[in-house]
Amino acid sequence: MPLLEITGLTHNFGGLRAVSDFSLKVKEGELVGLIGPNGAGKTTIFNLISGVFKVSRGMIKYQGEDITRWPSHRISSGGIARTFQNIRLFKELSVLDNVRLGGYAQHGYNLLQAMARTRNFKIEEERQRQRADSLLARFNLSPYADAPARNLPYGEQRRVEMARALISKPRLLLLDEPAAGMNQSEAQDLIRLIKEIKEDFSLTIILIEHQMRVVVNLCQWVKVLDFGETIASGPPQDIQHHPAVLAAYLGKDGALAEVEAEKATPGPGKVA
Amino acid sequence: MATLNKPKTSLISLASVLLLVLALVLPASGVLNPYVVQILMYVGINMILTLSLNLVNGYMGEFSVGHAGFMGIGAYAASILTVWVLPRAWTPWAFPLVLVVGGLAAAVAGLIVAFPSFRTRGDYLAIVTLAFNMIVKSVLENLEVVGGPRGFLGMPRLTNLFWVTAWVLITVLILRRLVYSNFGRGITAIREDEVAANLTGVDTRRLKLYAFLISAFFAGVAGGLFAHLLQFINPRSFSIIKSTDMLVMVYLGGVGSLAGSLLGATIFTVLMEVLRPLGLWRWVVGPLLLVLLMIFRPKGIMGFKEWKWLREEKVASSQ
Repeated sequence: MPLLEITGLTHNFGGLRAVSDFSLKVKEGELVGLIGPNGAGKTTIFNLISGVFKVSRGMIKYQGEDITRWPSHRISSGGIARTFQNIRLFKELSVLDNVRLGGYAQHGYNLLQAMARTRNFKIEEERQRQRADSLLARFNLSPYADAPARNLPYGEQRRVEMARALISKPRLLLLDEPAAGMNQSEAQDLIRLIKEIKEDFSLTIILIEHQMRVVVNLCQWVKVLDFGETIASGPPQDIQHHPAVLAAYLGKDGALAEVEAEKATPGPGKVA
Repeated sequence: MATLNKPKTSLISLASVLLLVLALVLPASGVLNPYVVQILMYVGINMILTLSLNLVNGYMGEFSVGHAGFMGIGAYAASILTVWVLPRAWTPWAFPLVLVVGGLAAAVAGLIVAFPSFRTRGDYLAIVTLAFNMIVKSVLENLEVVGGPRGFLGMPRLTNLFWVTAWVLITVLILRRLVYSNFGRGITAIREDEVAANLTGVDTRRLKLYAFLISAFFAGVAGGLFAHLLQFINPRSFSIIKSTDMLVMVYLGGVGSLAGSLLGATIFTVLMEVLRPLGLWRWVVGPLLLVLLMIFRPKGIMGFKEWKWLREEKVASSQ
């Protein structure tokens, strides 16, 4: 049984078809890449999986269960965590609180127990606190624990976001352009980090990425989207030379032939 | 940490008890003149109102401009109890219960505002709360049984400095425990980024419900205290003007801060007393202050900051 199974997913923004008949099967432990030019519908797919947008057509199954109509908080507490293309931390809150909020659904006490400060409340708070502390240490964030998230440098904010996603012990992690805005050496570090957390937390990962280097280094399987349509899928080595991909996709990296990349530059008319 | 915090907690409890004793003794002893006691009671009632509104506006980041509606419902519900339902002789003893009932009545009304907040937020929710305030006022004006626009009277003067102090302490205690829990963190996450909150597993609907219920409850309690201090209420006491006062106190003291609420209520109440000689012009001060605050210091004096003794303590269950 695949961990995540998407069939016939279609989504429109007004008259614009953002995602068209998208299907995907992800097995436990896989690392799948989702690539394509800007506006191809990649983030929309993440938003549909995580319940930000309502699914109008198609079905999403997670661990064999139909989660298509679940509200987003239920999806994330059910084990699907995600990060965002443009970092979305709780900016005024401390780094510690940001991470603890990732485990919101795992706090085993109710409102009255919180008001009465019962023993159970204290045990649970301490347990979550320790989990958060160990994750902060894992991501080299301990010195920032009490600082407001907005004060952190960009790379650290990305790591806070990852810690926040991981504290809930997800089985499936959706990473939306984790290498965005990173230079090559930072991207290298990120590749290492993703490989490590995938092992340490026994994760299944779906990755949206623009940098071919990251995709080739990480993913076992890649799906290529353009204008909401799936135009190719396969192992990253094959995908790189797929004619349809070269036609649609601008490879900024040496991984794609420079000439073909230039030819395939998307026109200015494309919108998200 | 556990050993460090113990003395702090007991110090706070000791200070609270001392405050309660003072609130009981001082007015009776005649050290404070009745006018000062009266002002102190207004300060306390305003503290409760400000703390209550700050939960929704400061911590949750919504913009409720109709909080006087909750206060009014609490005031009328509590007054009906003491005037019509309970035998007069019981009322002094039943007063805390009366206030709780007033608070609960307001909390039910809180539900009415909480549900629209699931679907809309920001400016649009502000308009919903504004409409709510107007509806409450109009309903009260048209209910002849409770005196319509002439108002409702006959309440015994049950509010004293002791009860006001006790309720301020209760409000601070409850809200502090809420704020420094998973639920409080979730409520602030709604303010920071509602979509991201949902995507980290925060049940934002449930939290909005909690926030509006608790907030409305304390506004209702404050209404009950207010009614049994003045011994006369009319619908105009709970108009938009009252809501504006509460907004000024929240944004003056500081959003998302318990300390700020206490500070804002104190400064504003005392200021309005000092400015009494200005007569009608006094009513320009509040709105003007609000405009200036929004331009120059939108987070207020203590925005998102807290006095040390009000901050989160590290919980230790095992040590």
